[in-house]
Amino acid sequence: MSLELDQVKHIARLARIELGPGEAEDVLAKLNGIFDLVEQMQAVDTSGVEPMSHPQELYQRLRDDVVTEPDRRDAFQRVAPATEAGLYLVPRVIE
Amino acid sequence: MLNASLQELASALADKRISSVELTRAALDRIAAENPRLNAFVHVDEGGALAAAAAADARIAAGQAGPLTGIPLAHKDVFCTADMPTTCASKMLANFVSPYDAHVVAQLKKAGTVLVGKTNMDEFAMGSSNENSHFGAARNPWNTTRVPGGSSGGSAAAVAAGLVPVATGTDTGGSVRQPASFCGVTGIKPTYGVVSRYGMIAYASSLDQGGVLGRSAADCAPVLTAMAGFDPRDSTSLERPAEDFARDLDKPIEGLRIGLPREYFGEGMDDDVRAVIDAALDTYRRLGATTVAVELPNSKLAIPAYYVIAPAEASSNLSRFDGVRYGHRAADYTDLADMYGKSRAEGFGGEVKRRILVGTYVLSHGYYDAYYLQAQKLRRLIADDFRKAFEQCDVIAGPTAPTTAYEVGAKCDDPVQMYLGDIYTVAINLAGLPALSLPAGLGGAGLPVGLQLIGNYFGEARLLSAAHRFQQATDWHQARPARASEEEGSPR
Repeated sequence: MSLELDQVKHIARLARIELGPGEAEDVLAKLNGIFDLVEQMQAVDTSGVEPMSHPQELYQRLRDDVVTEPDRRDAFQRVAPATEAGLYLVPRVIE
Repeated sequence: MLNASLQELASALADKRISSVELTRAALDRIAAENPRLNAFVHVDEGGALAAAAAADARIAAGQAGPLTGIPLAHKDVFCTADMPTTCASKMLANFVSPYDAHVVAQLKKAGTVLVGKTNMDEFAMGSSNENSHFGAARNPWNTTRVPGGSSGGSAAAVAAGLVPVATGTDTGGSVRQPASFCGVTGIKPTYGVVSRYGMIAYASSLDQGGVLGRSAADCAPVLTAMAGFDPRDSTSLERPAEDFARDLDKPIEGLRIGLPREYFGEGMDDDVRAVIDAALDTYRRLGATTVAVELPNSKLAIPAYYVIAPAEASSNLSRFDGVRYGHRAADYTDLADMYGKSRAEGFGGEVKRRILVGTYVLSHGYYDAYYLQAQKLRRLIADDFRKAFEQCDVIAGPTAPTTAYEVGAKCDDPVQMYLGDIYTVAINLAGLPALSLPAGLGGAGLPVGLQLIGNYFGEARLLSAAHRFQQATDWHQARPARASEEEGSPR
């Protein structure tokens, strides 16, 4: 398998990473090297094998539906790039 | 004094032969002298460390000291600390100060340790050489033209150079064990779920596990004991009774069955590494262990499977860095999508971007089954291989890495060459098993070689015991790189 330049640009859009001029070509070459390596997986017949998503076969723990965390909004917003009146500021989305 | 074992340090502190303030001052002085050439630390907190040391001295004077009270240590900069920056060695988090402590940080604080600073690493723990750091690569104390390994390279370099007696690390595909091997220190990654991931910035959540790097197994054991334990804030933290990982250190080794996987002794391992590993296995036989050939037939699939699963989970985890709630935001943008795209383009380095892109692709519509699902099926086969091998043996041994530390710059332009160096370590994370690397000798260029010991689930105490017995019989763990300070003090 080999990726095309358009695919790399599409993936980058999905991942919300802007690629600078000429960057997509370098990324393409490196990703194709990585996918050549990854492609070895396809040689193995895994029909009937149960996928393993996790080392321990755990069920999600349940807990009582009670408040456990204090309100620390100010502390958490201190590290934000832009806030106002307890809200996170982003460029206008809806005109 | 910084060369002493933790046990010696604890008894010196208890007998008031030294104070924690003096010990901490010595660590800070060593860091100031050595860090310019090693770049092992990305942040040092002199004031905070000396205050914590004074508090530890008060605890000791009050007779309330534990085995780690007053011991200076460093955290890999992937662990959130409320008192100092947490950068993950990324421009994205260059100015980030966490509002809370990671569980590991809180546990070690409670144990009375003195946090002197944060260590360098590959950005977001993605890398095997520490070269993917926004702050520049940490250097190997044995030879500063060489890499210290990665991603916990700063922690390994700091311990190897005697800047701190112990340091934390994290291991997603070998990131504790491989730098331990390259720098000649002991490093253990426990069973997945033993150490809480709360406040440990996520790379690949089903593989990430916190660990320790120290000069010996006996030094790592009490630190792991303090770090480990159930934490409800990590949904995959295991509810198990508290364990003393040092409990088996002095158990005899006679009768230990060591499995040697055929696949770990084939082509690809450098000759000098092989010679050291063979000699270490001879030592184990002399000490009364037996060796048995085992098979891990799907070993060669571990790297491809890992480099699908880890990027897939990374692409999801790192979507949180969008320039809205924390981290870098681009200065100029036209709209929200442009702000995301530019903030992430500017904030992430090349390897992090590549892994996010690989992960985005393998999770995208039409490719999920062929890549992600196939990798998860291979993961099952790899875990089953280990399960079968452990029917014949108690621990599995082999090299930690196929080479000793390589030159800075040797592999950083070729991700695939870099990935292939993880051949002996990634399968252990896929299976979720515990493993450690211990210094087993020096290779051709006088650089350390690590022996990897892999345990069955929850076999940490046994692994540490097996490493400790080796370290009682040999002194490779006491071999030290030539020091800058000694070089300066050499006869004129």
